[in-house]
Amino acid sequence: MTSTAFLQYCLTGISIGGIYALIAIGYTMVYGILRLINFAHGDIFMMAAYFMIFAMVDFALPWYVSIVIVLAATILLGVVIEKVAYKPLRSSPRMSIMISAIGVSYLLQNLATYLFSALPKGYPKIDFLMKTITIGGISTSVVTFITPILTLVFVFLLLQLINHTKIGMAMRAVSKDFETSQLMGIKINRVISFTFVIGCFLAGVGSILYFTPRPSVYPLVGSLPGLKCFIAAVFGGIGSIPGAMLGGFVIGLSETFIKAAGYSEFSDVFTFILLIVVLLFKPTGLFGEKTTEKV
Amino acid sequence: MTEQKKHKLSILFSAIAIVVLALLLVGVNKYTAPTYMLRTVLQLGSIYALVAVSMNLLNGFTGLFSLGQAGFMALGAYTFAIFTIPANQRAGVYYLYGVADWLANIELPIVAALIVAGIVCAIMAALIGAPVLRLKSDYFAIATLGFAEIVRIIVGSSPMNRITNGSLGLKMIPKFPNFYFPFIVVAICIFIVWLLINSSYGRAFKAIREDEIAAEAMGINLAKHKRMSFIISSFFAGVGGALMAMYMGAITSTTFNITLTYNILLIVVIGGMGSLTGSIISSFLVIAAREWWLRFLDQPFFIGGVQIPLFKTGFRMVVFSIILMIVVLFFRKGIMGTKEFNWNFILKRMDKKQPAGGEGNE
Repeated sequence: MTSTAFLQYCLTGISIGGIYALIAIGYTMVYGILRLINFAHGDIFMMAAYFMIFAMVDFALPWYVSIVIVLAATILLGVVIEKVAYKPLRSSPRMSIMISAIGVSYLLQNLATYLFSALPKGYPKIDFLMKTITIGGISTSVVTFITPILTLVFVFLLLQLINHTKIGMAMRAVSKDFETSQLMGIKINRVISFTFVIGCFLAGVGSILYFTPRPSVYPLVGSLPGLKCFIAAVFGGIGSIPGAMLGGFVIGLSETFIKAAGYSEFSDVFTFILLIVVLLFKPTGLFGEKTTEKV
Repeated sequence: MTEQKKHKLSILFSAIAIVVLALLLVGVNKYTAPTYMLRTVLQLGSIYALVAVSMNLLNGFTGLFSLGQAGFMALGAYTFAIFTIPANQRAGVYYLYGVADWLANIELPIVAALIVAGIVCAIMAALIGAPVLRLKSDYFAIATLGFAEIVRIIVGSSPMNRITNGSLGLKMIPKFPNFYFPFIVVAICIFIVWLLINSSYGRAFKAIREDEIAAEAMGINLAKHKRMSFIISSFFAGVGGALMAMYMGAITSTTFNITLTYNILLIVVIGGMGSLTGSIISSFLVIAAREWWLRFLDQPFFIGGVQIPLFKTGFRMVVFSIILMIVVLFFRKGIMGTKEFNWNFILKRMDKKQPAGGEGNE
């Protein structure tokens, strides 16, 4: 492998890793607050892609309007899902709410198949994102290049929000102790909705960046990236935003290099093995906090 | 009426019910055309019933939320297939990559292969169970899900070409020798699970489900019982997968993706987590609804010559998933809750003199 090729793969890996990181943050925040693996998150990511097709192909809107609409629609979808499918189950066992999440995922996939058919649909191209640029011998598209930058910017902003604002403090309190924070006068439903807003916003951004260099979208396209991003969140320590970002980059890079080495069939196997290994040796992930179970 | 008499009557009723069901099956076999939908629904429903029962044993009775059922089914189905494809047709099935030398002439009888499929799954469960069962609730779920995906990807990957035929999948898998075969196998398997549930092991499983820490304090060996439940559940999932392979005749690794696990989980939830009869009833209901009764939703629908726009391909599954969500959200106990089907409703009516609340049978 020449050094140019190596750098090329690094860039590709970091780019896809950045997208994984954006989605993984959605998982990690929801898990941090509700203790729920939001199985529907990958499908929200998929629906965002269809919203983009709707806006740009069916309504022929310019890309800057479309992006705003897509993000708004994705956020709305996520908040509605939370209100309808998760809120009524808040006091029931964790298993029921997880089943509800699986049910939502199933519903979204079937709904997408019904509305948009199971056949792959072409994803609209945003011209300026697809331009090829050359930096130090590596040629790449703009989208590959800006993805990691955007990821870092969003993570930075998110950390500021969580550490230095009132709602961020409320979120930290809720993830520490759900019931006590309620007693302290934190409006728990607002905090949870806000978490879903952020998670879905990032999933929407991730979806645009993920699908722009890819040719097509189909209803099951979200389930595998969704699982991988959940693994990224577990790897980094669930509940931790820098951890989710790091997990995303690690998975993106290792996947790209495994593919480059000619074992593309096994790149997903590697990800799942990583999950099992992490769970066995460090179940709290890299940056996760250790919790003790009280009787 | 005394308890003893009630017990005897229940057994009598159950025996009658089994005979009636068996006669109905014979009737269906005799008087329906081989392509009639009811036959498909019954066969597929019985296979799903077995897999749902196996999942319920873990999720509903032991409280271990596993999402690995499709992985074990894949393992069972592939094991069954590679041992039963007729030796003289192997060259045709493995036409692209050729068949591994050690495999070329092995051909097991169907029943033996079913048991081998189950045993391979049980061994695999024992191997991965030791580490994975240490994980708690949702981590266990995601680890088993990961395992299922690993199995599926490896089974369909190119280094396995000469054994599993890689991404091409296997075909020419022997079909059911007769109409009754799946029902007999499923009935035997479910009967074994029923015996297990009503043994002291079954009570230990339920204790673990209710409260792990309390169960441990009562002297139940958590690790041993969890492992046992996991292995037995995987065994029957493997047998179920093998039956599925027989039913379909051809399998590829994509048959056993996550959606299959979700389907089974939702059947278990509709039937009631922790109820065998619930799982069985809901398997037949769900399969009948999905494959048969709701079919019309996929067809164009006309009222007075006007086409109703909602009805097109895929609407069936949307309606179906909405029904599922309604069950999940509003009827969380499912059809049966944690109760089993019993004859009390008839016994009470036969026994009008005594006040209904007097017995403690449930």
